[in-house]
Amino acid sequence: MLVLALDTATPAVTAGVVRLDPDGAVAELAARVVHDGRKHGELLMPGVLGACGDADVTLREIEAVVVGAGPGPFTGLRVGMVTAASLGDALGIPVHGVCSLDAIAADAVGDGIDGNLLVATDARRREVYWAAYDAEARRLTGPTVERPDALAERIPGLGLAAAAGSLVEQFGLPVRGPEAPTPRGLVAAAADLLGSGAEPGPLEPLYLRRPDAVPPGERKPVTA
Amino acid sequence: MNSAGIVLGIETSCDETGVGIVRISADGVPELLANEIASSVEEHARFGGVVPEVASRAHLQAMVPAVQRALATAGITGRDVDAVAVTAGPGLAGALLVGVAAAKAYAAAWGVPLYGVNHLAAHVAVDTVQHGPLPPALALLVSGGHSSLLAVPDLAGPVTPLGATIDDAAGEAFDKVARLLGLPFPGGPHVDRAAKEGDPAAVRFPRGLTGPRDAPFDFSFSGLKTAVARHVEALQRAGTPVPVADVAASFQEAVVDVLTAKTVRAAREHGMETVLLGGGVAANSRLRVLAQERCDAAGLTLRVPRPVLCTDNGAMVAALGAHLLRAGATPSPLDLPADSSLPVTEVLVG
Ligand SMILES: [Zn+2]
Repeated sequence: MLVLALDTATPAVTAGVVRLDPDGAVAELAARVVHDGRKHGELLMPGVLGACGDADVTLREIEAVVVGAGPGPFTGLRVGMVTAASLGDALGIPVHGVCSLDAIAADAVGDGIDGNLLVATDARRREVYWAAYDAEARRLTGPTVERPDALAERIPGLGLAAAAGSLVEQFGLPVRGPEAPTPRGLVAAAADLLGSGAEPGPLEPLYLRRPDAVPPGERKPVTA
Repeated sequence: MNSAGIVLGIETSCDETGVGIVRISADGVPELLANEIASSVEEHARFGGVVPEVASRAHLQAMVPAVQRALATAGITGRDVDAVAVTAGPGLAGALLVGVAAAKAYAAAWGVPLYGVNHLAAHVAVDTVQHGPLPPALALLVSGGHSSLLAVPDLAGPVTPLGATIDDAAGEAFDKVARLLGLPFPGGPHVDRAAKEGDPAAVRFPRGLTGPRDAPFDFSFSGLKTAVARHVEALQRAGTPVPVADVAASFQEAVVDVLTAKTVRAAREHGMETVLLGGGVAANSRLRVLAQERCDAAGLTLRVPRPVLCTDNGAMVAALGAHLLRAGATPSPLDLPADSSLPVTEVLVG
């Protein structure tokens, strides 16, 4: 099965074409990754077509889309989500959303790991998005957004052997795996869903934060 | 009818997720096939104004269902679409981005050209789906986000901005005065309704930027809003009940007096025989009446699209895209940015 994988939950604008075999084997045929956290909207579709060209497939040959559903900074995250949803609709193919941290974990546990894995990414505002995984990349807790010092206090109880993602050097764990989701990791994280042929669930972004908005208070008089 | 093409238009510059479909004939007559709108206005009401993040989240949820509904209403499939047009700006940055990303994906998947267009020019173009081809026109566009006077010699060509608000948009002034009078958001329809029972001459509110040395075609509504606030507060301090209908009518009269006077003057000075109104405030009943009176008196033809085409919608984007497609315009590239402050001189983003 030919799968298009997208992720815009981090500053890496990622698009790739991945082949998923019936036995669950995942082969990345092409990947286009550009690091520019403010240009997701400009860079993603050219990346999609570039990856298709590199893999020598057309969009019409793609059989499913997998997209990182975050958590990630909202504006960029939505670019990947709406692109995936629109491509899926226009091509008449299923779209699966996966937690972007799961995709990083799927890559990071690749060579085997002796314990649990922490995955974190930059949530801005001096916070991180994070989740913890077992050695098979199954999520144990999260995703959550909080300050690194609050996360540091939880670390002794998480049985961690390594960390992946960004901003993770500060936790004193061996760092491995990618900083951002890869096409291979995204499809690996969705492999069971894709293989089952089940209808995808609704595509819900993992915002983890409410919009910054407060109802106005009493109006201030213009005359003192 | 010999068809030049079918265009699907996407609009997400503010709080309406709009998808419209327009078919244009080879001789330039557009026909509206669908105009689907999902609005998040109710989610913003308690904040007293549009919250960009709330609007952007709503666009993401509404986008694909709106496209599906529009195609179903038009009785076509994606294979019948010849081009995709999208509002590239001006508007709320994060909101625009959702529509632009969706438009790129649909255009690429269907293998058709993409047109990133100007929201203001689209407000003008939509009139053609109701009233047919547009002669050179002077357009007054008034909404919660913009207040502009534009000279539009040709829909597919460049637009000349003649004037704009230097502070609040006209619709913003309606929202703020509504709040002052205890009327709900969005203020426009509520002020309009209250004003029907009031005396427009009850209070002589100031007409902004109408002095001999002021910019002839710019607008200012901030001073008017403050004058209304002072008036209301003085009554409240004196323990006098606020005559809501009279204040609403007098405020509304001050706004539409300036808008129509400047519009007619601009049309005369620029030799335009047709005047066009657009934007959400163009749904205001008093603006329509006074604009008609003054255009009649000046020998000008007034064109006002029906209210659902005046407020933000996808049909307007599809309509402009259809005229561009027929004119053989060069499509936008797939790295098209969303530009929150896109100048109106840029009708099509290349
Ligand atoms: Zn508008």
